[in-house]
Amino acid sequence: MNWQINVVLFFLGVSLLFYVLFAGADFGAGILELFLRKKNQEAQRALITRAMAPVWEANHVWLVLVVVILFMAFPPIYAALCVHLYIPVLAVLVGIVFRGCAFTFRHYDTDKTYYRAYSWGFSLSSLWTSFFLGVTGGALFGGNLDPGATQFAPLYLAPWWNPFCVAMGIFTSCLFAFLAAVFLVGEAKTAALQKPFKRLAMGTNGALVAAGGSVFFFGQRGSLKLADTFFSHPISLGCFVVAGLLWFPFWHSLLKASHRNLVVRAVGVAIVALVLFGWFANQYPVAIRFTDGRTVSFLTAAAPPATLSALLGALIAGTFLIFPALGYLFKVFKWETLEEKT
Amino acid sequence: MSDLGAARSQMALSLGFHIIFACIGMAMPFFMAASHWLYLKTKKPQHLLLTKAWSKGVAIFFAVGAVSGTALSFELGLLWPGFMVHAGPIIGMPFSWEGTAFFLEAIALGIFLYGWNRIPSFTHWLSGVTVGIAGVASGFFVICANSWMNSPAGFDWNNGNPTNIDPYAAMFNDAALGQGLHMVAAAFEAVGFAVAGLHALLWLRHKHPLHLSAVKIAFAFGAVAAIAQPLIGDFAAKSVARRQPIKLAAMEGHFVTEKRAPFVLGGLPDVEKEDTPYAIKIPGVLSFLAFGDFNAEVKGLKAFPKTEWPPVLIVHLAFQLMVGLGTFLAAVGAAGLFFLWKKPKRFESRAFLKLLVVCTPLAFLAMEAGWVVTEVGRQPWIIYGLLKTADAVTPRPGVAYSLALYAFLYLFLAVVVTLLMIRQTQSLHRELAKGQP
Repeated sequence: MNWQINVVLFFLGVSLLFYVLFAGADFGAGILELFLRKKNQEAQRALITRAMAPVWEANHVWLVLVVVILFMAFPPIYAALCVHLYIPVLAVLVGIVFRGCAFTFRHYDTDKTYYRAYSWGFSLSSLWTSFFLGVTGGALFGGNLDPGATQFAPLYLAPWWNPFCVAMGIFTSCLFAFLAAVFLVGEAKTAALQKPFKRLAMGTNGALVAAGGSVFFFGQRGSLKLADTFFSHPISLGCFVVAGLLWFPFWHSLLKASHRNLVVRAVGVAIVALVLFGWFANQYPVAIRFTDGRTVSFLTAAAPPATLSALLGALIAGTFLIFPALGYLFKVFKWETLEEKT
Repeated sequence: MSDLGAARSQMALSLGFHIIFACIGMAMPFFMAASHWLYLKTKKPQHLLLTKAWSKGVAIFFAVGAVSGTALSFELGLLWPGFMVHAGPIIGMPFSWEGTAFFLEAIALGIFLYGWNRIPSFTHWLSGVTVGIAGVASGFFVICANSWMNSPAGFDWNNGNPTNIDPYAAMFNDAALGQGLHMVAAAFEAVGFAVAGLHALLWLRHKHPLHLSAVKIAFAFGAVAAIAQPLIGDFAAKSVARRQPIKLAAMEGHFVTEKRAPFVLGGLPDVEKEDTPYAIKIPGVLSFLAFGDFNAEVKGLKAFPKTEWPPVLIVHLAFQLMVGLGTFLAAVGAAGLFFLWKKPKRFESRAFLKLLVVCTPLAFLAMEAGWVVTEVGRQPWIIYGLLKTADAVTPRPGVAYSLALYAFLYLFLAVVVTLLMIRQTQSLHRELAKGQP
């Protein structure tokens, strides 16, 4: 029984990781557009559009999988998300709708009258969605969900309207922007086009470290004691140390090489994956913390075994269908563009 | 407005909006693939242009539909936590299959849209077909989940808690096949007639042969679906008669339990007087349609406590609208297919094409009416016979605000999508003008 839950959790974690890596980078690209310099701006926007257009819809589906797994395998967690985090979840949804539409409309509207409006819509909704995704994630673990609340403020606002969640929102936005910059360094075909994204990769890297520090700072206050638990947990600490060490090859390849873009991307992805994995290892098996100190655990919130095995069947069958197709998509549009260049 | 009323309105609005995109996602890729196939066979540039124009339409509608669908997956939990906490373990599985199908759809669409001249042409064509197959599959899976609310199966209900859960039995419940087929056919009918009507209008205005071949492709799909639909609908209705006699009675405005029950055409059911005046009643036909026997007994609304009646007037009128429009469209479809086969000149006549223009919104209207029948007809239950809608609604206040927000959001999306499609059509005509000598 426990192994089933853990395998489902593995799928949940992988879906979340891929959502953060790929859809996160798509949101990040929208955030980066806010920081493009005037010079050569249109070529940079065009690069972003070219990189995103074939894959962003597929990247988005990882979130649908996360929701489906939560809904089917861990209904109390899904319910808590929907009730206590109504406002940030709603904000994420509105942001997702606007981001998708603004990007599509900018891409397909043959008349360029509203081009600027679409671009602003794309960027602002990307930032907005990233921020509230981080806020939602932070609120689940943040320990401010009051199970007995009935009034508006303690029920709807208190779980997420606090410095820790805001720090998480900023951290997530920085993380997505960082990922986008790293990927775009690899997408750019010329050194001239690569340069602004290198600059952005460095800038967002700095911002990411600062935001990460603020997450630990605000997470340490209150009942969560994030820094204490994080650094006393061997796996989390291990992830932190390895991610820290990876920073050296990352900067080395970012600064020096213009051809080995794959290294920059691989190391960037590894750093983000380690951050996420360290976080989950630290929290496991807790999914939600309440104000009174009670927690909801993945192990106790799981659906009955028959449901879990049905879900696992679907997930495993789905894996065999999706990964070859996804592999083909990325081969055609990502790998081959890489080869064209070299 | 009460919170329950607001929650139900928001759900109706969201589903009514999303279903349009879902239908387009199911049917349109096949039209696109048919046109693509014609291009690969004949190499006529107009087929290429049409394929590309349609693929852009598919992309726009897919993007908006995908995001509004994601919103829906959360909305269920936001509005009906009392339903979702029970339903998840039982009926989550079709959603996980739907997720897989949707994933394939998104991947295949990416490959199709950007694969021109990059991948072998047959693989490219196949990716277009895959978009359609995955679209139909994901539509079917979602219907499986919805049909479970009409025909709950795959669990034991112990004092408001489900035990002994069997997700496969839940997914393949008695209502799934009938409802699923009915919906897939409705999607092809709705999109077929809508696309044929719009291109007929464009042809009457611009006379470019591209529009005429567009009309023919879309109409062929729509007409076949429209002719099959009454048979499929009858299959679905027989299942309703067995499982939800009260819904059938409401659909028909049928109050008194009787043998040789009449088919009620038109009329305005009056719940106070427990009668449906102003109707044409054809004796025995309801008994025959419901149970295949003119003398079968059909339960009337009076056989059930009044607290379990759905809003009879709405259900009856929506059903009448759906059946009326469906019959009309089946007739237009049969005539049109005959013309295509024997009298192509008649098909291309102004009169027939004008008729198609008139038909543009009708199948969509019939489909929305059908959803009113199935959803309003299930009230007051959210899980038929087990859980009342009023008991599943969120206990939190302020649903009216989220209703207002969603209404604004959908209005905005509808306006922008419409503008965008107009722009797309204009740019297609600019391209056509360039191509012409």
